Amino acid sequence: MCVCPGPRRIGIPVRSSSLPLFSDAMPAPTQLFFPLIRHCELSRIYGTACYCHHRHLCCSPPYIPQSRLRYTPHPAYATFYRPKESWWQYTQGRRYASTPQKFYLTPPQVNSILKANEYSFKVPEFDGKNVSSVLGFDSNQLPANAPIEDRRSAATCLQTRGMLLGVFDGHAGCACSQAVSERLFYYIAVSLLPHETLLEIENAVESGRALLPILQWHKHPNDYFSKEASKLYFNSLRTYWQELIDLNTGESTEIDVKEALVNAFKRLDNDISLEAQVGDPNSFLNYLVLRVAFSGATACVAHVDGVDLHVANTGDSRAMLGVQEEDGSWSAVTLSNDHNAQNEREVERLKLEHPKNEAKSVVKQDRLLGLLMPFRAFGDVKFKWSIDLQKRVIESGPDQLNDNEYTKFIPPNYYTPPYLTAEPEVTYHRLRPQDKFLVLATDGLWETMHRQDVVRIVGEYLTGMHHQQPIAVGGYKVTLGQMHGLLTERRAKMSSVFEDQNAATHLIRHAVGNNEFGAVDHERLSKMLSLPEELARMYRDDITIIVVQFNSHVVGAYQNQES
Amino acid sequence: MHVPEDAVVSSADVALALASAASQNGVQIYDRTSILHVMVRKGQVTGVETDKGQIQCHYFVNCAGQWAYELGLSNEEPVSIPLHACEHFYLLTRPWETPLQSNTPTIVDADGRIYIRNWQGGILSGGFEKNPKPIFTEGKNQLEIQNLQEDWDHFEPLLSSLLRRMPELETMEIMKLVNCPETFTPDMRCIMGESPSVRGYFVLAGMNSAGLSFGGGAGRYLAEWMVHGYPSESVWELDLKRFGALQSSRTFLRHRVMEVMPLLYDLKVPRWDFQTGRQLRTSPLYDRLDAQGARWMEKHGFERPKYFVPPDKDLLALEQSKTFYKPDWFEIVESEVKCCKEAVCVIDMSSFTKFEITSTGDQALEILQYLFSNDLDVPVGHIVHTGMLNEGGGYENDCSIARLSKRSFFMISPTDQQVHCWAWLKKYMPEDSNLILEDVTWKYTALNLIGPRAVDVLSELSYAPMTPDHFPSLFCKEMSVGYANGIRVMSMTHTGEPGFMLYIPIEYALHVYNEVMSVGQKYGIRNAGYYALRSLRIEKFFAFWGQDLNTLTTPLECGRESRVKLDKGMDFIGRDALLQQKQNGVYKRFTMFILDDHDTDLDLWPWWGEPIYRNGQYVGKTTSSAYGYTLERHVCLGFVHNFSEDTGEEQVVTADFINRGEYEIDIAGHRFQAKAKLYPVTSLFTHKRRKDDVELSDLHGK
Repeated sequence: MCVCPGPRRIGIPVRSSSLPLFSDAMPAPTQLFFPLIRHCELSRIYGTACYCHHRHLCCSPPYIPQSRLRYTPHPAYATFYRPKESWWQYTQGRRYASTPQKFYLTPPQVNSILKANEYSFKVPEFDGKNVSSVLGFDSNQLPANAPIEDRRSAATCLQTRGMLLGVFDGHAGCACSQAVSERLFYYIAVSLLPHETLLEIENAVESGRALLPILQWHKHPNDYFSKEASKLYFNSLRTYWQELIDLNTGESTEIDVKEALVNAFKRLDNDISLEAQVGDPNSFLNYLVLRVAFSGATACVAHVDGVDLHVANTGDSRAMLGVQEEDGSWSAVTLSNDHNAQNEREVERLKLEHPKNEAKSVVKQDRLLGLLMPFRAFGDVKFKWSIDLQKRVIESGPDQLNDNEYTKFIPPNYYTPPYLTAEPEVTYHRLRPQDKFLVLATDGLWETMHRQDVVRIVGEYLTGMHHQQPIAVGGYKVTLGQMHGLLTERRAKMSSVFEDQNAATHLIRHAVGNNEFGAVDHERLSKMLSLPEELARMYRDDITIIVVQFNSHVVGAYQNQES
Repeated sequence: MHVPEDAVVSSADVALALASAASQNGVQIYDRTSILHVMVRKGQVTGVETDKGQIQCHYFVNCAGQWAYELGLSNEEPVSIPLHACEHFYLLTRPWETPLQSNTPTIVDADGRIYIRNWQGGILSGGFEKNPKPIFTEGKNQLEIQNLQEDWDHFEPLLSSLLRRMPELETMEIMKLVNCPETFTPDMRCIMGESPSVRGYFVLAGMNSAGLSFGGGAGRYLAEWMVHGYPSESVWELDLKRFGALQSSRTFLRHRVMEVMPLLYDLKVPRWDFQTGRQLRTSPLYDRLDAQGARWMEKHGFERPKYFVPPDKDLLALEQSKTFYKPDWFEIVESEVKCCKEAVCVIDMSSFTKFEITSTGDQALEILQYLFSNDLDVPVGHIVHTGMLNEGGGYENDCSIARLSKRSFFMISPTDQQVHCWAWLKKYMPEDSNLILEDVTWKYTALNLIGPRAVDVLSELSYAPMTPDHFPSLFCKEMSVGYANGIRVMSMTHTGEPGFMLYIPIEYALHVYNEVMSVGQKYGIRNAGYYALRSLRIEKFFAFWGQDLNTLTTPLECGRESRVKLDKGMDFIGRDALLQQKQNGVYKRFTMFILDDHDTDLDLWPWWGEPIYRNGQYVGKTTSSAYGYTLERHVCLGFVHNFSEDTGEEQVVTADFINRGEYEIDIAGHRFQAKAKLYPVTSLFTHKRRKDDVELSDLHGK
């Protein structure tokens, strides 16, 4: 189980004082920007980039890693919980080991890292026509944690219309994000099914007949499903639809997508919690359900059906719509609200849900109970269960759980649980022809890039070629030299676009490799990607991106039909 | 390289001048008339259907450039002319401040892939870029859809290299970027000659951007061809019949010309294989051989193994492997050759063209006796090496023919003869439903078991005695090999080594190969490729058609009198010419040269086309060469002429003339001493008694 490295916080006081020293000591060309957007009062810090090739200065690392879940142990545990090496000592240790030799990844090496997880799906066409409002999607992930804690899912609903796409950002391990990525879409799909279909499926299960397929997954080979838990997961899902069948009043009502999304989120979180409380006779499964429940995950899910776009968000991943204005420029429309301390409404909500005397402790240092960054999440039963329940489950749980300081640790000021919910905020948007694409991404992207830049880069990438008009001399006085200059400039602009066949990859390239001028700097990209596994998380977070491209023709046709 | 005689001509002006000269001599030119199709009756051109009516004619020349492909296919009996156009860009500028003189030399910068020349006081500069843009893949109707536009972004690399070479040009003002498509062929050589299927249908097209420079010569040869039936030089390399319908796929052509066009300005290295348009025709064993490290070359669309890279050995990357010196495969081929000499190797030779000629009566024998110089009236089961000669006694084809039965013959010719030989046979064969010619190339996989132990492998697999008493040399038998029955086994190789050719119906190919390999294991069998074969045959002084022999070389000129039966009791094509040659003597003689002071490791290698000097006088060029691993010397083959010192006229070459001379081979300006031989080094043929043979026979106490 992955325990978040809390003591990284040590770095902060040193940081501001060391700033001038940095800029003096660093030779200008090797300075790198490390944007630190994550609600830091100081948004940018200069620093040495990489331990493997620069002269190392005795000062703090440039990026103050902000673990999503901070665990500052109770004083009583403090002596317990001291990692053998803090990052601070650790980096010093490395300094001796490394020699200041130049080491860069070649462009093909960089590409193979960036493209390792890329995946593209094109909605198939019928008779040369694509009748779906979705053209397809590109997705990709770049790990910083080892193993990566982000997950992604994409599937087409087979019994209802529509496509589901989601990104999931795990914390305190990847167990919860993995479970949510496997299960959530089934819960949503089931919530969307009409009564008759549910009955049909239940009858099929009852009589052992072949099941109607519900989802068609679009998975990268690296996106796996856990085989061991599938039976358990299926039983929970079946209980859910059985309840839906029982609840049905007989009158077939129009299914509300918004309601279905909210129900599915809440139900899955509830099942995760229940499975952990009940346990499982199989010791592996028992440990698994506990790990799922004690770790956490945020989710940002989009459901696209024709022109109806619903975004259900829990946590601080974000959905961003790319809109092309009439003059060809790009603007970003946010379709989700972050559930964190930067969202005043969320802070307000939390304060209202708990007694007045907790107003100061419920959000502390921009974190829930001073610990958790997202204010809504799946799992994280430490913020949901009563203290009694937590103790009971841990005591009866397997030894691995008992040995883990983190799970045992009860958040401070924990008086009126639950403090955390998985209930999503659902946004509805009716697609218009100018809505060209949707970017779903975990906060690893949003903290390094402004949303406006994200939309511009994707927009220019997707339209890329068509945008550059061919040059014609047509009667003007142009010298060979002038033409040469113009062409070289055009080529430079082009080459970065050509390298990627996947919009998400292109975006990651920019997120990781952008220099202060907003252009991809190969040297920087190479440094960032060659960070050793155990250091990567200090410089960046896991990044997961899905770029969904809409079919403007189909969207336009919908509009015309109705007008 | 500065050529003072260099000249610049305008293609439009030349064409106009030719047209008006032709008109003055009574030629009628129809302007603005398009051809619909060519009319053909009984395989002979009879006229042309145009949008303004018909024109009767016996000859038609397709010079339609990039439209030649389409025009060829518009016939009822299509003529396949494999070529494809690529966009070609060149730049025109306004005149220089002091306009350039008309005698400004034309400059070619092959590294920069550009050419530069004077144009009306300014410059004209274009090039052959690395990433060509093929055009008109879908045909002429694309012209209307896709206007030929200037593409500056595409021209950028060429412009960059122009300004790198001549930075001063920066201030020149652009007039125009011209997009003028050029036509390319699959092997960068132009296409000319008569169609294999329609008599009187001639082609001259696919000039690979050198139309103006080659036009004069190509026109002359074509005119000779139409008047005399053959051109005055051997132009097999340019003959339309080197291609067949198999090179006619638009996808193939599109991909291939994208490789061909950049090659125009690339350094052309020996033994270079095209990388595009590959794996079209393959033997059933392709995957098996590929998995064992085979590296492939392509001939007439067929993949053939060059050599087999052992698992522990790494070869250079393609780009690094380009060399005029000792290549990286040297040791690999050496071990394959050694195995052929001492044990047994198996070579997949399925690409060879195979025909079967059968008849109900004696028609097959009669026609073959007329077409081939050797006597084919041999007992059933015999194999005859023979040439297919033209009227001048020159080789149209060099093949081996096995008499399968009284009335049926099996004919093996070089791979690229598939179209040419077929057309030649068809041309002379009478219209007779009782005489059947069949192309069976695709029906058989050919394995060559080569080496002294081949006989052991085969006898073990067939339980039949394979000793020379039972299976003499140049014999053909149908027998079983392993479980497979009906395998045509021939006691011959194409290199002079002991061994057998196995012609295997393709469904048995894998079985027979597997059996041969597993039984052969104890005899040290291994795979070998064409490079080993090549070294073996050149060392043994075996001439190959298409490399050493062409339509202008006769059997008498290459020491093959034995394969010509002038008195076989009937006339054959070329007999008169050969009789005369026999009387008068030959004017060139195929000779083998063994390089004396050539350092294989350090000196440039001979590849082919190196000048031969006799007593300091130029006497000819080499036609092929290879390193002879047994002789441990380089061997070159080539024709020696005897040019009169006074007049330069060709004189009779006698054996004495060859033997009494000091020879040198010029490799890239450096002359190496060479020993000339008219007959192969005999020691190579004597069958060396192996050590274990001696011991065994001793034990038997015979």
